[in-house]
Amino acid sequence: MIAEFGLAALWLAAALAGLQLLAGSLALTSRGEQMGGIVRPVAIVQGLLALTAFASLIALFCRTDLSVRLVALNSHSLKPFIYKLAGTWGNHEGSMLLWVTVMGLAGGVVALVERRLPERTMLATLAGQAFVSLGFYAFLLFSSNPFERLNPAPPEGQGLNPLLQDMGLAFHPPTLYLGYVGLSVAFSFAIGALITREVGPAFARAMRPWVLGAWIFLTLGIAAGSYWAYYELGWGGWWFWDPVENASLMPWLAATALLHSASVLAARNALRAWTVMLGVVAFSMSMVGTFLVRSGILTSVHAFAVDPERGTFILALLAINIGGALALFGLRAASVTEGARFALVSREGALVFNNVMLSATLGIVLFGTLYPLMAEALGAKVSVGPPYFNPMTALFVVPMLLVMAVGPLLRWRRDAFARVRSALLVPAGLTLGVGIAVAVSAPIGVLPLLGLALAVGLAVASLLPLRGRSLRRTPLSTWGMVVAHLGVAVALFGMASESAFSIEKLVAARVGETTRVGSWEVTLAGVHPVAGPNWTALEADMRASYAGGAPASIHPQARSFWAPPQQTSESALLTRWNGQLYAVLGEAAEDGRWQLRLWWKPFVTLIWLGGLMVALGGLLALVGHVASDLRRHVARAKIAYRRQRQGR
Amino acid sequence: MNTSLKAKHQRLILVVIALAALIGAALLAIWGLRSQASYFYVPSEILSARPDPDRGVRLGGMVETGSLRTEPDGVTIAFVVGDGKAQVPVRFRGIVPSLFTEGSGVVAEGRMQEDGTFVADNLLAKHDERYVPREMKDMTAAQAQQVVAETK
Repeated sequence: MIAEFGLAALWLAAALAGLQLLAGSLALTSRGEQMGGIVRPVAIVQGLLALTAFASLIALFCRTDLSVRLVALNSHSLKPFIYKLAGTWGNHEGSMLLWVTVMGLAGGVVALVERRLPERTMLATLAGQAFVSLGFYAFLLFSSNPFERLNPAPPEGQGLNPLLQDMGLAFHPPTLYLGYVGLSVAFSFAIGALITREVGPAFARAMRPWVLGAWIFLTLGIAAGSYWAYYELGWGGWWFWDPVENASLMPWLAATALLHSASVLAARNALRAWTVMLGVVAFSMSMVGTFLVRSGILTSVHAFAVDPERGTFILALLAINIGGALALFGLRAASVTEGARFALVSREGALVFNNVMLSATLGIVLFGTLYPLMAEALGAKVSVGPPYFNPMTALFVVPMLLVMAVGPLLRWRRDAFARVRSALLVPAGLTLGVGIAVAVSAPIGVLPLLGLALAVGLAVASLLPLRGRSLRRTPLSTWGMVVAHLGVAVALFGMASESAFSIEKLVAARVGETTRVGSWEVTLAGVHPVAGPNWTALEADMRASYAGGAPASIHPQARSFWAPPQQTSESALLTRWNGQLYAVLGEAAEDGRWQLRLWWKPFVTLIWLGGLMVALGGLLALVGHVASDLRRHVARAKIAYRRQRQGR
Repeated sequence: MNTSLKAKHQRLILVVIALAALIGAALLAIWGLRSQASYFYVPSEILSARPDPDRGVRLGGMVETGSLRTEPDGVTIAFVVGDGKAQVPVRFRGIVPSLFTEGSGVVAEGRMQEDGTFVADNLLAKHDERYVPREMKDMTAAQAQQVVAETK
């Protein structure tokens, strides 16, 4: 019953999306204006129906209803409850249902609360949102129905990929999807503004909180995914330039550029066409990412099923949405009027530079990700990895970081470097000092060296906008910028330190043997069998002590799951303030020795701490902007009320 | 009139700068990919067209039965990868993926040494039936045919 109920809700939601598109478009014409009234309520109900469908699927997974094909293929009655729940989106159909649910809900929330834009622009925006949703509803209903029945029902499900049976699954995909799909709002806003030609500061102010919200989730989702891969895959790496990781990085780069150009548009009424363009590009990158991940064109742990029909479907959606939006942009961009002018050395100038560098980085990543596909179409099998991505992205990221240190200190419109030169002496001196000190004392690569030196200088420079200000009166959005920029410096320091100073030890150790890695002494005390709810494992008992201190126990495992039968290695982490000890248990050699892989990674945790700070900065800016918009709204309402009374 | 002209100029200059940066990025990307993309080989190809020892490549094939041995340090393994036509000795230091066994497929990432040994920094084995390295999927089909041909 629940399956049929969910399917019905999904069909209804799709029908309402159709109605929303129709009514919204009609309302824009001179004859259909009275249709406008139903658009907002329809958008809200559509979101709720999509949520109902998703809740039904969650219920099916929680009860392990094996008569539903998707549950039988991806779940198992013995699986711990949390993974039954999270398993709802740990597969193709479920994750696409999550996608349309988030998209429907985002549209519903916009319809419910957004009152700042002209009503016609709102109608066009909601129609645009419905148009994009409709494509994804069709994709779900016609080629990836999550509620399909299986007759007869099998006695037991096939289980969930053990790599996915981790707390990360409960957190990482929903967060990332909130980010991906949240950008659809920016896309629809851009479409709406292009249709009604209302591109200006009000548009930017209305769009900014939505972009910020999506960007915060995207940041959290990427950071969570990186940490998950770091501890789950047991390779000790935190970023592999895997196409699927790139698929999440590209929308983030575009959204970051969009945030900054939207603030130029909001404050100075410049960069109009560019901001609209970025609104289109950001969500397009989300869709390209989905295409890469979900079409089965790539093979990775994220590509759940290889089905060419689905790939073709998503490709068609992609072509219609992105092609349509770009065509609209081409038609209307010329009529988007000129923005305000500014000098090259100014806040706007710095932000334009940042935008161009972010776009160039995006281009480098996109090209490197698609190149293997293009090469394969020509018959060559190629894989592109860190030797390409690291130096190529650094070429654009390093200048961006330099300008990022200066930009926040510059004034809008026109400024001179001479004015900020003295303030920048300290961070510039620190960067040089750290760079020389590290280069002399340790033989490390160029990129880690640059990273360490820049991180220190940038950390100091990111605090400079606060100098000479009353900290209590500093607007929340300025705090947000400072925290986010500081977070970038912190994460950069972690990345550079990890790649420069990690120490790796690979040994075959007997029980009782002690291995040194950096300042750690790690003793293998024993290896024992242990059992979990749906796995058995060999667990190593290791005692690790840092610089002769009291030993702490860590227990890396080699797990064998039986549904589906697969082995995973569960690494063990020991976190100190200055880094992490990472231990993996390998196989037993014939002579009673055990393979152990140990890493000491100084300051590696700063990578994710920095990511969290970036997201926190976004949150502060979001709260600050919403609060000041509300204050402005209230003040305006008061003035209008007074005028009304005086007029009487 | 004058100001609007200047505004047009400014927009033009911005567009030109942005375009120049993006085209620069694209050119750099093409250059970088030409020189650094790592190519995929099977044993017979890697022996006939040997890549430079400093170039990272992928070698895919079957782990020959009876060739796998662990060296005295307990963590270095040596094995032979074959494709039915040619054989390449491979050395790898590290913890092998759990589904890595003799007689199954493997993709080794690493460098071809002067002495004809392939030194792998990473081994990709079949994780489960839903996660097969892309290159290996085609290969196992070809190999299945070869195995049939050889045993006839």
